[in-house]
Amino acid sequence: MLFFAMAMAIAQQPGRDVHAPISITNVTDEWPGWAQVFETLTLRAGFNTTTVIVGTTLLGLAAGVIGVFALLRKRSLMTDALSHATLPGIGLAFLAATALGVDGRSLPVLLLGATVTGVLGVVCIQAILRLTRLGEDAAIGIVLSVFFGAGIVTLSYIQANAAAGAAGLNHFIYGQTAAMSVRDAALMGGIAAAAILATLLFLKEFSLVCFNDAFARVDGWPVSLIDLVMMALVVLVTVAGLQAVGLLLVVAMLIVPPVSARFWTERLWLLVVVAALIGALSGYLGSAVSALLPRKPAGSVIVLTSGVVFVISLVFAPTRGVVALSWRRLRMRFRIAGDHLVEAAFEQHGREGNGGTLTEAQLARLAKLRGWSAWFRVALRWMLRRQGDIERAGTTLRLTEHGRARGARVARNHALWEQYLVTYADIAPSHVDWSVDQVEHVLSEPLIAELERALRRRGVVIAAAIGGGNA
Amino acid sequence: MISIPFNIGLDLFPMLAAVLAAASCGVLGNFLVLRRLSLMGDAISHSVLPGLVIAFLLTQARSPVVMFGGAALAGVATVVLVELVKKLGRVEPGAAMGVVFSLLFALGVLLIEQAAVRHVDLDADCVLHGQLETLAWYSAPATWGELVSWQTLDAVPRQVVVLAVTCALAIAFVVVLFKELRIAAFDPGLATAQGYSATLLHYLLMVFVAAATVAAFEAVGSILVIAMLICPAATARLLTDRLRTQVVLSVVLAVMSGVGGYIAASAVPAALGKDSVNAAGSIALVAGLLLVVAIVASPSHGLVTKMLRQRALSRRVALDDLIAALYRAAEVGTSDPTRQQPQPQPRPQPRPQPRPPTQTFRTPRGGGTPRRAARLAVRRGLVRQGDGGGLILTESGRELAAALVRRHRLWERYLVDRAGLPPDHVHETAELLEHLKPSPADGPTTDPHGRPIP
Repeated sequence: MLFFAMAMAIAQQPGRDVHAPISITNVTDEWPGWAQVFETLTLRAGFNTTTVIVGTTLLGLAAGVIGVFALLRKRSLMTDALSHATLPGIGLAFLAATALGVDGRSLPVLLLGATVTGVLGVVCIQAILRLTRLGEDAAIGIVLSVFFGAGIVTLSYIQANAAAGAAGLNHFIYGQTAAMSVRDAALMGGIAAAAILATLLFLKEFSLVCFNDAFARVDGWPVSLIDLVMMALVVLVTVAGLQAVGLLLVVAMLIVPPVSARFWTERLWLLVVVAALIGALSGYLGSAVSALLPRKPAGSVIVLTSGVVFVISLVFAPTRGVVALSWRRLRMRFRIAGDHLVEAAFEQHGREGNGGTLTEAQLARLAKLRGWSAWFRVALRWMLRRQGDIERAGTTLRLTEHGRARGARVARNHALWEQYLVTYADIAPSHVDWSVDQVEHVLSEPLIAELERALRRRGVVIAAAIGGGNA
Repeated sequence: MISIPFNIGLDLFPMLAAVLAAASCGVLGNFLVLRRLSLMGDAISHSVLPGLVIAFLLTQARSPVVMFGGAALAGVATVVLVELVKKLGRVEPGAAMGVVFSLLFALGVLLIEQAAVRHVDLDADCVLHGQLETLAWYSAPATWGELVSWQTLDAVPRQVVVLAVTCALAIAFVVVLFKELRIAAFDPGLATAQGYSATLLHYLLMVFVAAATVAAFEAVGSILVIAMLICPAATARLLTDRLRTQVVLSVVLAVMSGVGGYIAASAVPAALGKDSVNAAGSIALVAGLLLVVAIVASPSHGLVTKMLRQRALSRRVALDDLIAALYRAAEVGTSDPTRQQPQPQPRPQPRPQPRPPTQTFRTPRGGGTPRRAARLAVRRGLVRQGDGGGLILTESGRELAAALVRRHRLWERYLVDRAGLPPDHVHETAELLEHLKPSPADGPTTDPHGRPIP
């Protein structure tokens, strides 16, 4: 489904008539048939396409796994600097290899150069942080732009001066997925395997360093070494991704899947799994779309696919998604407001013994005190009636039996916590009410029991229902 | 000797464009660096791309106003989106920024590929390093003298005009709102409390950054934009502690990088007998080199200065310790001061050399050894050689040592009486604090260990 949403979004152009007059907005794409789509997605659309799809899927997988640790170490943007810093290495490696009489375009040589300057860039960031008073943001920006500028200078030097065979070096900037060979795909596979293996072996160590490196150090773990392993894996994935998606976008493959996965789970190993799946899915769908449609550079399509997953996760994920979060917040708000209303009615019952009725005027006063809007009041009354806590009695509201029990419970919690604060936390009796108001809703059963025990030891006894005769 | 080839037709407008772009980014960058928002400049310069392309596709025109609008909108949208992702998704700021700008950039690249079918002059590579060479002026006069004429104004390319206007506006913005920007940069809360909305200023700054980015974009490319937003401001920050000076310096440095980088791009390869390299990249490189120079040699915050300061401090501390030790030895009278070895061992237990109070640097070896301190003390006339090869304090040395020991014991007194430390815990702290200069004229007369305060 995602794939079609994507394809629609990115390829929708007005007037898809092939013979339409020339206009920039009229870029016509041949739409692939269903059979072609199916063939591509099931990896039967020719050897090259299959190689590319498998390679990018594996790359996405590896980047997802490694990206999690970069995200948790707050290194997302350092990887951006790292990937930009690989460019001069590519150019210099080409020059060095050519000078030594080796084929300057051999991929291992270029990637070696990329690794060297990439690591140098990271070292420079650390040096700037340690030696100057500049912040991390400035250090990252400086390394990113200066190294990339150096890269541009090197490439333009090669373009202007090197004899031949220089073409293709700047494919590393935007990536050239179509050029992926079986060996490259195997390389991606190897890196993915290494990333997964390292994660399986060192998950405990990685999570320890990610969540509390000071504790890890005190506990005797070689934190710098573990950190170095994580960073080395990031470098590995970045360099491997250079050819496929280009150095400008490889950072997105490291950042977006883990950030998206973060919305789905709170557990680290699940986070790794989900991020790997999202990364692999983006690689798979992105390169398939790129293969099916003309003029869709694989790098950006892969990144945009993960972007779609990100937006979906941000909005709909059940654990930390915006919808789920707002829904939970709304329910909490209604529960608290319901507690307040029932409590107020119950106090009324205690004062006048009328079974807990609130007149319109009293309700309006309560709403003003609590800051409830008119709409909220209506919704609240509806909800409480549906829960069977209140009933209409003429123009007033009255608590039901069920509602009185709830009111008694809330009042009791309130009193318990109030007593606790006065007795144990040394807060003046006149100051406790407001803070109690916040806490009374979240007291759990075991906590209430413990409070009762503690207060009883001090000789403070809270009546079963304050002011409520028979509730 | 590198000859500097300058050809009015080939070099005047490209260089002007580079300098104007550098200056407008440089002046705005100060506030990004101060507010730790440098990467927002990075993010904006990436995500301006889809704004440009969309504005272009919608209007099918390359009118600067439309492009400006699109890019400025994209810039503000980036800021808003980053905030949104941060708040709604509870995502770490760096990651939120990374997600937003890489996605927008990917969108921009895709759209460019779509549009490039019909329009050759939208090219993804130009986005990175610009098109300075297209600004060449083919009918340029051969000499500088002929440049002063009305025809020159007509020949100025559109990009240069746009850049000049942007540069003027950016500088005017910073000059007019300097006070407000300064407060907001250092204390956003205070700015808001005083009635200048820090948020509004923040967005205004972002609009200007976006505008400068897009103006510079076409001529010099996004890489130079990022380099110029961050490097000159960071360099200036290492050179001064005053914001006003920093802003002026950053503009000067930006212009220096622009001119230097542009000339170096053709002059250095020419000296080696090669063809010239990309000017935008070279300017970024020069800006980086200037920063390295500042890191090493800045008079106030450079490595060399820090090292010298550290060395002077450790020498002073060693000297202080030496004469204080001699003073104490004379005071106790257990050993004949004339037999005192150059390595002072005044207390029953040997004590470690006190570490200098700042830890940013390794203590330079040699500067603080007792032997050197002894030589220095002799040279300054604080100490003279005794008959048996030992050291004896001179009159001025005694005075200085008394003041030092007084400070030490006053601190010990204070730490015990006022700070409530036990008497056997105060020596180490006092050992550090005694080197601070001022000491009160009167006060207690004995230290917590019962020794007299001189």
